[in-house]
Amino acid sequence: MSTVLIIFYILSAITLSTAFLTIYSRRPIHSAIYLVLCFFSIAGHYLLFNAQFLALVHIIVYSGAIMILFLFTIMLMNLNNEDEVHKPRITRLGAIIVFILISIIMISVFINSRTFMGEYDDTGVDYQSIKVLGKVLLNEYMVPFEFASILLLVAMMGTVLLSKKEKSGK
Amino acid sequence: MGNILNQIGIENYIFLSVLLFCIGVFGVLYRRNAIIVFMSIEIMLNAVNLLFVAFSTLHQDAEGQIFVFFSMAVAAAEVAVGLAILVSIFRNLGSIEIDKLKNLKG
Repeated sequence: MSTVLIIFYILSAITLSTAFLTIYSRRPIHSAIYLVLCFFSIAGHYLLFNAQFLALVHIIVYSGAIMILFLFTIMLMNLNNEDEVHKPRITRLGAIIVFILISIIMISVFINSRTFMGEYDDTGVDYQSIKVLGKVLLNEYMVPFEFASILLLVAMMGTVLLSKKEKSGK
Repeated sequence: MGNILNQIGIENYIFLSVLLFCIGVFGVLYRRNAIIVFMSIEIMLNAVNLLFVAFSTLHQDAEGQIFVFFSMAVAAAEVAVGLAILVSIFRNLGSIEIDKLKNLKG
């Protein structure tokens, strides 16, 4: 068993267990902390793929910006108490059954599909450095890039509008 | 070092992504706290992103990673607007349990 495979298994175990603990833990603040760990381990997977730029962007955007937003909202709502009433038993049972069924179906689909055997090709061409990514992004995907900027602008305006309307209503 | 998938295999990454996605689905169905539901959606998005990067490495092509950037932009916008809506709901109703949000029920 090679070193890379061992690293992969450790990272996968961390990813899956922290993702599960995110859902399972009672306090939202613990969920947020587990989710940060999950995001960092996914960034580790990206580093395993040698996609350094993507790993950095992932840490900055997800572990930085989005988790700060989550934490800020949790603090704002003062949700750090365990007064959450659980769903009815039948709903929880249904959720568990659906989870098991989806897992079994999707994994068996991928097991029975034609697996990729043999050597994976390594062309040796640089395809994931910042230079290449920037060229592809700004040459072939220029229009979606601009749309993404418009989307972010509209989202920002919408957020401001949503929180401003509340103040004027009072 | 050669292609990393020679040592790991694309199947392992497919199974990891499937399990991560299923955990996200489970979270959406299981919890009633709307913030945890949002976190589960983030987990699902991350599972898909991971598979994008895996196939980008498999095909030695940058386009999968470009799609990950777009998905990140959409996720960031979604979280910003969604959390603003949640805060607004919390101010009006005093709770964010999704069982109590029945205003859109037909």
